[in-house]
Amino acid sequence: MARLKFLIGGALILAAVVYLIVSSTTANAQYFLSVDELQSTGSKYTNKDVRVSGAVLGDTIQYDPQTLKLTFTVAHVPGDNKDIEAQGGLAQVLHDAVVDSARNRMQVEYYGVRPDLLRNEAQAIMTGRMGEDGVFYADELLLKCPTKYEEAVPGQTSED
Amino acid sequence: MVANLGYGALIITFLICLYGISAAIYGALRKAPAWVDSARNAMLLTWPLVTLTALCIIYLLLTGHYEVEYVAAVTSNSMPFYLKVTALWGGQAGSLIFWSWLMSGFASAVTLRKWDRDREFLPWVVVVALVTLGFFLSLSIFVENPFTRLWISPTGNVVESMLQPAGSMLFTQADGRGLNPLLRHPGMIIHPPMLYLGFVSFTIPFAFAFASLVTGRSDDRWIRVTRRWTLVAWLFLSLGLILGMRWAYDVLGWGGYWGWDPVEVAALLPWLVGTPFLHSVMIQEKRGLLKWWNIILVTMTYASVLFGTLLTRSGVLSSVHAFAQSAIGPLLFGFVSIMSIITLILLIFRGRTLKSEGHMNSMFSREALFLLNNLLFLALFFICAWGVLFPIISEASGLIGQVFPSVAHIFTGQKITVGPVWFESTTGPIWLALLVLMAVAPLSAWGASTAKTLSRAAWKPAVAALVIAGLLFAAGIRSPLALVAFWAIAFVICATLYEFWREAAARHRTHGENLLAAFWLLAGRFRRRYGGLTIHIGVALMAFGVIGIEMFQTETQGMIAKGEQLSLSGFTIQYDDLKLFPTPDGREVARAELSVFKDGKFVTNLYPRRDFYTESQQSMTIPGVRSTLGEDFYVLLVDWQPVSSSGATFKIYHNPMINWLWLGGFVFILGTLVAAWPDREREVETGRVTRRREAVVSA
Repeated sequence: MARLKFLIGGALILAAVVYLIVSSTTANAQYFLSVDELQSTGSKYTNKDVRVSGAVLGDTIQYDPQTLKLTFTVAHVPGDNKDIEAQGGLAQVLHDAVVDSARNRMQVEYYGVRPDLLRNEAQAIMTGRMGEDGVFYADELLLKCPTKYEEAVPGQTSED
Repeated sequence: MVANLGYGALIITFLICLYGISAAIYGALRKAPAWVDSARNAMLLTWPLVTLTALCIIYLLLTGHYEVEYVAAVTSNSMPFYLKVTALWGGQAGSLIFWSWLMSGFASAVTLRKWDRDREFLPWVVVVALVTLGFFLSLSIFVENPFTRLWISPTGNVVESMLQPAGSMLFTQADGRGLNPLLRHPGMIIHPPMLYLGFVSFTIPFAFAFASLVTGRSDDRWIRVTRRWTLVAWLFLSLGLILGMRWAYDVLGWGGYWGWDPVEVAALLPWLVGTPFLHSVMIQEKRGLLKWWNIILVTMTYASVLFGTLLTRSGVLSSVHAFAQSAIGPLLFGFVSIMSIITLILLIFRGRTLKSEGHMNSMFSREALFLLNNLLFLALFFICAWGVLFPIISEASGLIGQVFPSVAHIFTGQKITVGPVWFESTTGPIWLALLVLMAVAPLSAWGASTAKTLSRAAWKPAVAALVIAGLLFAAGIRSPLALVAFWAIAFVICATLYEFWREAAARHRTHGENLLAAFWLLAGRFRRRYGGLTIHIGVALMAFGVIGIEMFQTETQGMIAKGEQLSLSGFTIQYDDLKLFPTPDGREVARAELSVFKDGKFVTNLYPRRDFYTESQQSMTIPGVRSTLGEDFYVLLVDWQPVSSSGATFKIYHNPMINWLWLGGFVFILGTLVAAWPDREREVETGRVTRRREAVVSA
């Protein structure tokens, strides 16, 4: 009898955990896409929260400290790690993406503090929405610079 | 030369490990104590040898031997002495050696203990420790060698190699690349070693659990022997996590302390399974229940420690897109799997001997509530592991989504990630439930405790907490979630203090000591219980700080000219001046000078600044912070006009109660120290006596 009670209790907890995971995944999970994927799918993801990564083009970074409006352009980098490794590692892939003018590019707009790590050939991982004008409106901007240091820091995040 | 010496020592240590493992197994199976003793001596040898290796690396780092790849990667001429030493754990190859060094130290320490009463454990503890150590050494030797040198061939190619390629010369750079500026912070210097200490020392409890399984000894000896190891491991792990939070708050410059970054979550995982283990072993000690469960928990802790090392140090998650980037990823994964599977097989094999000595009778007994604590922590563990691995799970499991359309949005076959919001909304309710449990459980009794007796003990603190929540409501706090959280926090603190008072008052009545003296005596005698309860208070205080910053943080930003002001939550900053100057260690510093006013009155000056590391082209934002117990006023210098130096942009955060997080951290660590403080073997004996008595009662 006591055993049954404990089993029921345990099952209830399990159900609650599954419910928590499923409900917040439904509400908060984001597709992780590459620039190519995002642009080629047309309007499928327009105005939906997605996560996208790209290589930052240093020349395009513009920052208005008055309004905190930050704009820059990113170039497509492959999303799959195997592809990245096959092409000579992340640093090489980012460099190639920036140099290659034939790559798909995407303009990004973001409001907030300009992150320390934002510079040419950094990897930007952005969360936000693709607008109908083809500009990506980022709410969250995460930057990784693999070029120089061994990666031992959590990425620098800014959120609004 | 020195590099060769260090590498040679590594290889010898590895061979000694192999010998020790074989000798221990042979000695145990053949019942030949001489072989076991030989294995024990082998284990003692590892520490001096790995120390020699570590010293070789430190020597190379200090003397700037830039022909060694690792030295060039993590140090530079301009770095101060202490940073050059700590660069030992600044990169992957070095930190693996550091891991091995700690592991060999712990392994040696544990062999020096008295083994009279548990000699049969010795060979198997040696085996687990040496297998773990040997595995990490093999990573250093074959995959991530810190002594690899750079060579230049006659054609001008630079190659990395341990041995000199034919016809090539050593390639020595004049300067190294230096340590990432973000890591040049006191918090970052002690944070990794603390975390590693915590990680590594969890190997010892696992080793004893494993030994207990192999030898078929079904009593709780392994738990008693490793109780202090577990607590110390847990202490370092907690300390490491808290220091990491502090570092993020000071350095990363986004006004937060915890971002649910995969690397952070990976370091939290061992804590989420080590904590229920600490609680659950008490059930086995007191009631002889849940024996197999404890073995599973300690194995999971060990596995998640390795998993944490894998995630934090292998580059597995260095890019959110990347999984298994470094060669050590699959190796570590394989090792974790093998160790876990062997333990699981042993566990099934020994299932009979691990039968419980009694039953759990009441849903409201201490042991039932501890079990609930276990389940809630495991739920957190599962959620966090799920969140970290979700991008891989969702991508790999598209088939499930196709077969069951109702979950197609979870198992999509595409890479999906979850962020801080996901972690907060999923784990939030469980943290809250744990808080309430933390208030109630210490008031319950072992064995038989009914809803009635428990509520009789708990209603007073619960009501007191309700009064406090009411006062907060009257003070203007309207968020229901915050009120519930504050109630839970107040409940924990009231219940714990009430418990302290009840016990001290009882002693005051029987022995006539004054309350404080009685409390001191009790705390000295029942260190584990009083330490544990102090930890609970620490956690409640930390939760207070977390609620403060999570729910009541406000922020604003703006560009202001010199002499102008910007206001937030009763504070006003006035921009007085901006200084631009270089420093001798290669930084260009822009430092703003601000006057801060609270409710119109001048309180302090703040100097937020931004350092630009010329050589690495990386900048670092250092906030100006005014800290009080009630709040932090946190200012970032975002941007400035260099030419006219007229205008500058600031971002300001108002973080209420955040300092309770750090204060609670101190209380937490203090409590753990009390609980872990050594008090001789006596405790073991008394533990047994009470156990026998209780066994009679429950029978």
